Amino acid sequence: MSSGLSNNRIKPPATACGSDRSLRLGGSLILLLLITLLAAALLGSERLSFFDLNDQQRSILFDIRLPRILLGACVGASLAVAGAGLQALLRNPLAEPYLLGVSNGAALGTMLAFAFFESWSFARPIFAFAGAGIATFAVYQMAKGRAGMNVERLVLSGVIVTTFLSSIIVLMTSLLDAAKLRGFTFWLLGDLSQATIDGFYFTLAAAVVGTIVLSSQAKALNLMMIGERDAFDFGVEVGRVRIIVFSLSSILVGTAVAASGSVGYVGLIVPHLVRLAIGSDNRLVVPFSAISGAIFVVLADTVARTAIAPRELPVGAITALIGAPLFIYLLKRS
Amino acid sequence: MLEVRNITISYGKTAVLKDVSFGLNNGEIIAVLGANGAGKTTLIRALNGTLPVSKGEILLDGKPFGSFSRRQIAQKIAVVAQENETKFPVTVREFVLSGSFARGTAFGWETRDDLRIAENALQNCDLSNYSGRLMNELSGGERQRVVLARALATEAGILMLDEPTANLDLAHQGMMFRLVRERCKNDDCSAIIITHDLNLASEFADQIVLLKDGKFFAKGTPKEILRPENLNGVFDVKVLLDENPVSGKVRVTTIY
Repeated sequence: MSSGLSNNRIKPPATACGSDRSLRLGGSLILLLLITLLAAALLGSERLSFFDLNDQQRSILFDIRLPRILLGACVGASLAVAGAGLQALLRNPLAEPYLLGVSNGAALGTMLAFAFFESWSFARPIFAFAGAGIATFAVYQMAKGRAGMNVERLVLSGVIVTTFLSSIIVLMTSLLDAAKLRGFTFWLLGDLSQATIDGFYFTLAAAVVGTIVLSSQAKALNLMMIGERDAFDFGVEVGRVRIIVFSLSSILVGTAVAASGSVGYVGLIVPHLVRLAIGSDNRLVVPFSAISGAIFVVLADTVARTAIAPRELPVGAITALIGAPLFIYLLKRS
Repeated sequence: MLEVRNITISYGKTAVLKDVSFGLNNGEIIAVLGANGAGKTTLIRALNGTLPVSKGEILLDGKPFGSFSRRQIAQKIAVVAQENETKFPVTVREFVLSGSFARGTAFGWETRDDLRIAENALQNCDLSNYSGRLMNELSGGERQRVVLARALATEAGILMLDEPTANLDLAHQGMMFRLVRERCKNDDCSAIIITHDLNLASEFADQIVLLKDGKFFAKGTPKEILRPENLNGVFDVKVLLDENPVSGKVRVTTIY
């Protein structure tokens, strides 16, 4: 039956996934990311010049601003990649970490670390990942029926777990003392101001590994996006891909939430915009979402830092302000 | 190529398919007929490895199903399922190329051969001008043809088609069966087709398997199986049989 396939692997010239337009768009996105990072580094309550920095300005740039900007880029990439993966896996364009309880699990985990292990620097990412993982596992178990798991059960289970975890977060918040309460509330809305270089490395590692591993599942996700039975028929180990994507989402969202709190709409909006631009091939959607997510969060954080400087706004509020109307527009357009 | 030995499929404690046996040889088309709920789709899903077999065994190229990975089975068996609805903007070409998953690697792109095979499959299914169109903009019949094109593009040795003509007009019903017939004649391929169209089964199938209430009812050539007593026994209808004046095959007319 073999048609004598050659080893001459190419990008298909006429498909949306492999067209010159996609390559140009990829290059443009990388350029845009670099410009955004540069602009974000220079903008802020203290405006910096590109060429002439004094010691204080150098300290602002390298000790405060750059870790924050780079962390924001990693958080944006992580959330966008997790959203792209979950949407393809669940065949639901509305699926994202927040809808499925993953983010709230991470938020609760971080809150526990915040309340009881504040001095231990690794407690937040570890507890956030554990919380995201437990929430994902709970949703997965609840969604599994006698005849297997279907998308409707999964989304419904996600809503139930999200609501349940939200109520626990509210209960715990009411027990915090006033000083911790303000800090936690700000963090809960998305806050990159606590960025550290360690936090950046941790989130960077998760974002890079997550994007690469999820990209390795992109072809399988292309089939799963059409239907799980289809994917199974055409050779995808559906259960294995499901576990990989859920685990990756937990890691990506866990590390992102631990570093920055709940930055909403990134996992929902960014993959949508990418699909509108280049089509649905996950081999491109996943890496393009990573770059676009990074740009989106860095831009939003720049606005959060500069809009009412020297005071700051929570970055999650900015992403929601941009994301919600954009999402309505996208819904209407589609 | 495929041997089914006394298989029973159960959902929980309820057996929905009992003690079914038959073999599929190279170049052969088997039509599976039966009333609604007879277990036809269950049979296809079991033969594709989607449903586990409670009793009996299925041999693929002489080896038990369990000895093959999911990817290896997909390289040998391509399925044309009943439903295919996409919620994402997937083009026809992307959809057809997705069928090459089992041949490819985790990373990377399709080969020139993959593209050529996909283009040929689209051309054969009368879809040459549809490559760039979105799947969710097509009619049910057009989508069904794309689903067949994807199965053909896998170049698998066994095609399994579950009511492939359900949404098709008369011309494309014939086209779909002719394509499968040609593939089975030219390419060392065989097919199992679930259909409710007795006349298409008569024209194109080499063997017919009749199922009733999840049990094997009869198997043989169309001439042996398409008989009033069999059809009345399975479908509870009266039929008139004669010979198609063009092909010479059995022609079935239902008496209402």
